[in-house]
Amino acid sequence: MQNKKANRSLKENDRDLTIVQAMREALREEMYRDQKVFVIGEDVRIGGSFLFTLGMFDEFGPERIINTPISEVGFIGLAIGAAIQGLRPIVDFQYSDFLLTAFDQIAQQGSKLRYMSGGQVKIPLVFQLPTGASGRGAQHANSIEGILFHLPGIKIVTPATPYDAKGLFKSAVRDDNMVFFCVHKLLYGSKGRQLVQSNISKGFVPEEEYLIPLGVGEVKREGTDVTVVANLLMLHRVMNAAEELAKEGISIEIIDPRTLVPFDTDLVVNSVKKTGRLLIVEESNERGGWGAQVAADIAARAISYLDAPILRLATPDVPIPYSPVLESAVIPNKQKIIDMIIRLTKK
Amino acid sequence: MKIRKPEPPKNKSITGYEVNLLEEMYRRMYRIRKFELMVNTQFLKGNIPGTIHLSHGQEASAVGACLALNEDDFITITHRGHGQAIAKGLSTKSIMAELFGKATGCCKGKGGSLHIGNMSVGVLPAIAIVGASSPIAAGMAFAFKRKESKQIVCNFFGDGTANKGDWHEALNLAAIWSLPVIFLCENNLYGVSTHFSDVFPIENIADRAPAYGMPGITIYGNDPIIVYEEVLEAAKRARSGKGPTLVECLTYRQGGHKRDDPATYRPKEEVDAWLKQDPIPNFRERLLKDNRFSDENLKAIEQEIDVEIAEAVEFAQNSPMLSISLALEDVYAE
Repeated sequence: MQNKKANRSLKENDRDLTIVQAMREALREEMYRDQKVFVIGEDVRIGGSFLFTLGMFDEFGPERIINTPISEVGFIGLAIGAAIQGLRPIVDFQYSDFLLTAFDQIAQQGSKLRYMSGGQVKIPLVFQLPTGASGRGAQHANSIEGILFHLPGIKIVTPATPYDAKGLFKSAVRDDNMVFFCVHKLLYGSKGRQLVQSNISKGFVPEEEYLIPLGVGEVKREGTDVTVVANLLMLHRVMNAAEELAKEGISIEIIDPRTLVPFDTDLVVNSVKKTGRLLIVEESNERGGWGAQVAADIAARAISYLDAPILRLATPDVPIPYSPVLESAVIPNKQKIIDMIIRLTKK
Repeated sequence: MKIRKPEPPKNKSITGYEVNLLEEMYRRMYRIRKFELMVNTQFLKGNIPGTIHLSHGQEASAVGACLALNEDDFITITHRGHGQAIAKGLSTKSIMAELFGKATGCCKGKGGSLHIGNMSVGVLPAIAIVGASSPIAAGMAFAFKRKESKQIVCNFFGDGTANKGDWHEALNLAAIWSLPVIFLCENNLYGVSTHFSDVFPIENIADRAPAYGMPGITIYGNDPIIVYEEVLEAAKRARSGKGPTLVECLTYRQGGHKRDDPATYRPKEEVDAWLKQDPIPNFRERLLKDNRFSDENLKAIEQEIDVEIAEAVEFAQNSPMLSISLALEDVYAE
């Protein structure tokens, strides 16, 4: 009954969805497709922090939307054990920051058990992770994807648009590995939450089923002067910057890798061959960020095509401050992106 | 430090138990002992890289517990896990080969002493981080409950684990969701060098169970029959949907924590008292008092195991080394 109601209300929309709406559709479809899929996490009964599971408890019941105590080590470990024995858990996090309390389960257990056992086990497990800064001070502002990036044995997905979020989420649920599905806190578009202002923060999502494979990036805007690689919130800021740069006659090509692991390096190589210039923008702290890996890979594979040094724009190596003035001073914003691109075109 | 000596209860009569079960208890305990001592020898010869954590002295807890489980039940084991794995039925050949780092090892040589196991006999490859296995064990039990497979999980851990947050979270989850799991503590009185009495303000670890809303019991862990009976009871509870049980087995680590630890921090009085209660000769004596067993019987079993262990070493030695191309395999499931 709940389901009918949900479908009807969707039909009334024009299929322009927010990311959280697209993810809810993906979740619902996957839960109907495969009885082994279930969600576990804190307050998922009422939707979780970003309302990812809104309405799901009524629709699927307490056996498949499992509300937990505040016990991250416990329920991550439990999800790993359940996955080893053939279930397909989705662990929902209110804030990805809390995942760090259970880091052993991720870095030492889930990501290694397959390898250590000589391939005997598989762990099909998705983490739903609100990431990045959103005005809440340092302990609710980690770019978790940057912290996870160093670990072997896991996959990291970072969708930035509703269309990508749905297709990627469905692939993540069907993947037989631990997949960290990181969505920026300002991108969900959940009711009562701030949503970034950009022309791609809401978008058309078809009703027909589609999947987006993990490891395939996308050119979000074609251009000729500079290649800019960015994900999550930074992608939106780069898209906004592109509009202004276009007015000044600078044409940038914007690549969203969509997944950090695996990473679509070929797509960046091909773009750099055309533009000869590369800027990588990420919200993670600069030291050892994923952008450093991309810079190294491109230097190794395409340096002869480059007309200028590879530049990176990231958050400096500080905890994220609370005051909005300071927060926006450290996290790359539109103006910093524009300045950096102009600098790069002059090199 | 408060010395804790063994307090063996009066031996229970074994006449009510089937010969096969008693024989298997002795066989498995003897197998573990011989295996561990051989591992030590092979280690000293330089055939085993890295480090080893031996479990001799604790055989009765592992064997009593595993014989109370079904073949398709699962156990999770510790860094001191050789005995637990052997007790559940993992072959000594495949463990020895694993320790030698060979392709024929139970984890293809990728796990080593700290990560032995095999899913085919219900042994999740060992989790060597103290405490981390308890939530995972609860998770496997969660899956069994959901699949209504009637399988259960036995989570082996040591006394040190009971001070870890992971363990507390696992007990709570298992209790609130009535998961079919047995938390089986091998309390050997030491976390590396630290004595139980210095880090627990309570008499028994099982005293913590009621706080999680589950039954807990502390038993003498050097008697395989006592352990067998209690785990059988806990298994029955788990299988019938009544949830987890905490079973604490009091036992003793006869050796040091690891290969280079002479364990001189232990009071002689305590060591001597426990060595006198060695589970294997004690059980042998009990069997011989029953007219269904003879010295000849038991010697035949011992001989059979001695040959098996020698063959395990030979097998490990003669097995091919891993091809280095395998180093990058098994990272992801396709």
